[in-house]
This record gives sequence, structure tokens and C-alpha cells, in this order.
Amino acid sequence: MADKEEQKEKVPLAQAFFDNIFLLLVLGIVVPVVFYTIWGLLEIASIPLAK
Amino acid sequence: MAAVFRTCAHTGLKVHNQAERLIKVHAVAGVLSILFGGIAALLVLLTRWPAVHLLDPTNYYRALTFHGMNMLIFWIIFFEIAILYFAGPILLGSRVAWPRIGWVGFALMAAGSILIDVAILQGGADVMFTSYVPMRAVSHFYLGWILFAVGALLGVCNFFATLVVARAERTYEGSISLVTFGGATAAIIALVTLAHGAIIYIPTWLWSMGYVQNIDAGMYRLVFWGLGHPSQQINVTAMVAVWYLLATLTVGAIPVNEKVCRTAFLLYILFINLASAHHLLVDPQLSPAWKVWNTSYGMYLAVLASMVHGMTVPASVEVAQRRKGLSKGLFEWLAKAPWGNPSFAALVLSITLFGFMGGITGVTFGAEQVNIISHNTLRIPGHFHSTVVAGTTLAFMGLTYYVVPLIWRRAVVWPRLATFQAYAFGLGIMIFAGGMTTAGSYAVPRRHWDVQFANSIFQPPVEPAAYLFLGVMGIGGLLAVLGGALYVVITVVSVFFGKRIPDVAGAVPLAAVPQDTGKHTPISGTLVLVFVFLAAFIIYYFLNWKWLSDIWLVK
Repeated sequence: MADKEEQKEKVPLAQAFFDNIFLLLVLGIVVPVVFYTIWGLLEIASIPLAK
Repeated sequence: MAAVFRTCAHTGLKVHNQAERLIKVHAVAGVLSILFGGIAALLVLLTRWPAVHLLDPTNYYRALTFHGMNMLIFWIIFFEIAILYFAGPILLGSRVAWPRIGWVGFALMAAGSILIDVAILQGGADVMFTSYVPMRAVSHFYLGWILFAVGALLGVCNFFATLVVARAERTYEGSISLVTFGGATAAIIALVTLAHGAIIYIPTWLWSMGYVQNIDAGMYRLVFWGLGHPSQQINVTAMVAVWYLLATLTVGAIPVNEKVCRTAFLLYILFINLASAHHLLVDPQLSPAWKVWNTSYGMYLAVLASMVHGMTVPASVEVAQRRKGLSKGLFEWLAKAPWGNPSFAALVLSITLFGFMGGITGVTFGAEQVNIISHNTLRIPGHFHSTVVAGTTLAFMGLTYYVVPLIWRRAVVWPRLATFQAYAFGLGIMIFAGGMTTAGSYAVPRRHWDVQFANSIFQPPVEPAAYLFLGVMGIGGLLAVLGGALYVVITVVSVFFGKRIPDVAGAVPLAAVPQDTGKHTPISGTLVLVFVFLAAFIIYYFLNWKWLSDIWLVK
């Protein structure tokens, strides 16, 4: 009985990761915002103004 | 207020009445949007077809703006929010976390879409879907965008809150289902997307009223495409979730490997939004490093995810069919599939056209070098009509033929016509997008009212073959419009006049999941199809490099 409960509680790491929707949410925000938005905006902002 | 539930006699799912009502209103708004956008599509088609050239320039750009907004934004996002109310509360057997917020979100989306449509029809927003500054529309056009984005964000947040409620109230055991996981992926992408929309349109709205003096055009384009392209990636993700659902409903398929499928969704979460950079590949202010990282290294991981789904969904269908005894040779499982079921037809056409046409062209045009011969040509709308229309819209149409009996509890009227509708729409879009993409290969520009530039200072030469393919585009477009019109008619008539379906098991035919015999079931037919796809991909990709080398002579 105790073994069964122990087996039930053991969730594989990958499954625990996929089950954590809010961790995925954070990753889903950080990756595109850093690589696409912030990097892109910094490049545009760093262009010197025409004189 | 206590939540009121009913148990669906056909699926056994516990259905919260608020979820059901929210699904209905969002689906109705989506169908209205496709009706409006479809009328505009016909006008745009009959203008871009040189043999007809129906509208004058002003009305053409107005119709094109109206078409883009209603199809790419309203139809798709209303339907996606409806899918979230299904994938969250209904599949998890939970109550909607915030029903009132759900209604406020819907009201904001409806108000926003009406404001935008009114602004366009008044002639105050002939700025097209991209609405690039410094082109200026009336202020209520931008306000409409903000209201719509905030309303959709509330719908997305309601989905996440419902996940929390379902977990806290233990309405399910173990992990959420794959369809709900796909819905969560779409919701995550939607959150980033809609936030970009709200961020860019608030200063633009203030600019339209004169409170802000200047909006940097380059920055606008960058942040806009953080909305414009990912709004189509929400579609892709929701479409894939619908593929898994339709495979279950039509042939009783279950995912062949949950880990692989969820990993593919994870790749979407991380990388699919980087594809926005495709639109800026010819913008000089961004470095090659930014362009190549986003459109190649990062984006290809999302493409890998699409190819994984493109294999696992047909594989799950093959396994289900073989377990039913249809296991002769490579393709008995496919030949004896339920081709008369409109939802199955929509599923197969959606996967095939999305992969072979939309996917292959998208990756090829997204390569920085090849992009230079496809950017701003008709090849680009040819690509996205293959993904958004042939892929997403067709999958959503297929799902509608289950939403009507299961949510409205009305029978679909004229089921044979519904089957014809799925084929007419799918084949029509295939011919239309094929003609469009090929005409674009002859450098026919996108968006422009006149292929020949008749009123311009000089007229660039147009190859005669381009006119042939524009004609092909026109004929395919008419067939697709017929399919789209039939979809609206069948859906509306079914919802209002369809025969009421009794709450007894079996009244709605749903495929049973076949028994797992414990023996290995091959997916050899799917593997053959996968290699055919890969061969087509390689041939098209290298053909484009050949065309590039013919145009851009490097010594």
C-alpha cells in the first residue's frame, strides 16, 4: 500500500516541468521579448541620428 | 453564485453553463467576422484578378484593410478564445474562474472590432492591416485595437485562472490533456502577442489625437510585428490543438507519444514568436545577426515542432485505423478513412495544405537570402493564405461541425453539403494560394491595386505567365469564397433551425477509441508521407536558391 502511494507521488522531472504552466509562461515571455523585442529595439535606438 | 453544470451525454464531459455561453458568443462573433471578411475577400479577389479589376484604388485599399482585420484578427481570435473556454473549463471539468471577467472581455473585443470596422467603412482607416506610421487613421481605429487586445487578454487570463481553479479544486487527476496543453501554449503565445499590441497601439492612439508628436517608424514596425505575426502563431498553435482533437473525434485517435507532442509545443512556446523578424528582413536598421538568429536558428526549432506535429497527428490516425483492422499494406488505413465526414476531410486538407504549401513556402521565404526575391511579392500572401486559411480556418471549420451538435445541441443541417463545403473550401484555397504564390514568383507585388502599374511614371514589365497564374488565383478564390459562404450558411441555419439533439448517448456519432492490443502498431504509411513531404521541401528550397542565383549574379 505504502509502495503504491510512493509510486503515485513520483512524478518524472520532465512531466513536472510540462505540468508547470506558469514556468512555461515565464519562458514563453522571456525568450521572444529578449531576442526579438529588446535586442531589436536596442539596435534601432543605437542608430545615430542623421545630421 | 454557485456554478451550474450539465453532463454531456455524448462525451461524458462536465460542462459549466458559463463556459458554454461564452463559447457560443465568441463563436458567433467569429462567424460574423468571417462573413464580413469573406465579402471583402471577394471584392479584393475580383480586383486583383486583372481580367476583372473591379474596384477603384480607394475602395480596393478599404476592402483590403477590412478583409485583413476581420479575417486575420477578429475571426481567428474570437474563435481561439472560444477554444480556450472549451480546452480549459470543459476538458478539465471545471468552472470558469471569472465568468464576469469573461463577459467583460467579450464586450471589449466586440466593441473594439465594431470600432475598427466602422472606422474602416467610414473611410477613416485605409491604412491596411499593418497600419504603418506615419500613415494615420482616425483615433477610434487605434482605440478599437486597444479594446480588442485588452478584451482578448482578459479571455486569456481567464483561461490561466481556470487552470489554477481546476488544479485547486482537483477536477482532474495527473497532467492536463494534450488538447488543453495545446490551448495553454496558444494562450502563452497570445499573452506576449496581445501585450505587444497594447504597447504599440496606446502611443499610436495618442499620436493620432495629437498628444504625441512622433512615433519612430522603425520601432513601430518592430513592435507591431510582435503582434502582427504572432497573432498568426496563436492560430497555428490552436490549429494543432484542434488537429489532435479532431483526430480523436473523427477516428478515435489518441496521441502516439505525449512527451514528443508536448516537447513540440514547448518549442512553439520558446521560439515561434521569433518568426516576426521575417517581416523586417529588408529593413536596414537591424543587424544580420538579429535577423539570422531570429529567422533561422531560433525559428527553425519552431519549424521542427510543426514537422513533429505534422507527423504525430497522421501517425495517431494511422494507429487508430490499424487497430480497427485496417492494416493491409501501406495505406488501407487512409483509403478507408471516414472521407465523408466533413470534419475529417477538413482535418486532412488542413494538415496537408498547411505542411506542403504553407510550411515549405514559409521556411523558404524566411531564409534571409531567398527573402530578397519574395519580399513584398504575392508569394507572401500566397504563403499565409496556405497557413491561416487552408490550415487554421479549415481546421476551425471542421471543429464547428462538432461544436454545433455538442454545444448548441443542434444537428448540422445538410451534412452532405457540409462535406462538399470542406472540400470546396480546401481545394479552392489550394488553387488560389498556388496561383498567388506562382504569380508572386514572377514578381507580381503584394497589396498593390494594379499589377501593371498603369498610372505610374514607368511600367515595369510583367511576364505574360503571371497573368495566367493570377487567373488561376481568381478561379480558386471563387471556389474558396463559395466554400466560405456555405460554411456560414450551414452553421447559421444549423444553430437556429437544426433538429434538436436529445441528451442521450450515441445521438452524436463520435468515434470510439480502439483497444490497445499491447502489440506494436506500425506507422509505415505515415513515414512514407513524411519522406514525400521532406523531398518536396528539399526540392522547393533548392529551386529557390537556383532562382536567386539567376537573378542575383555573384561573381
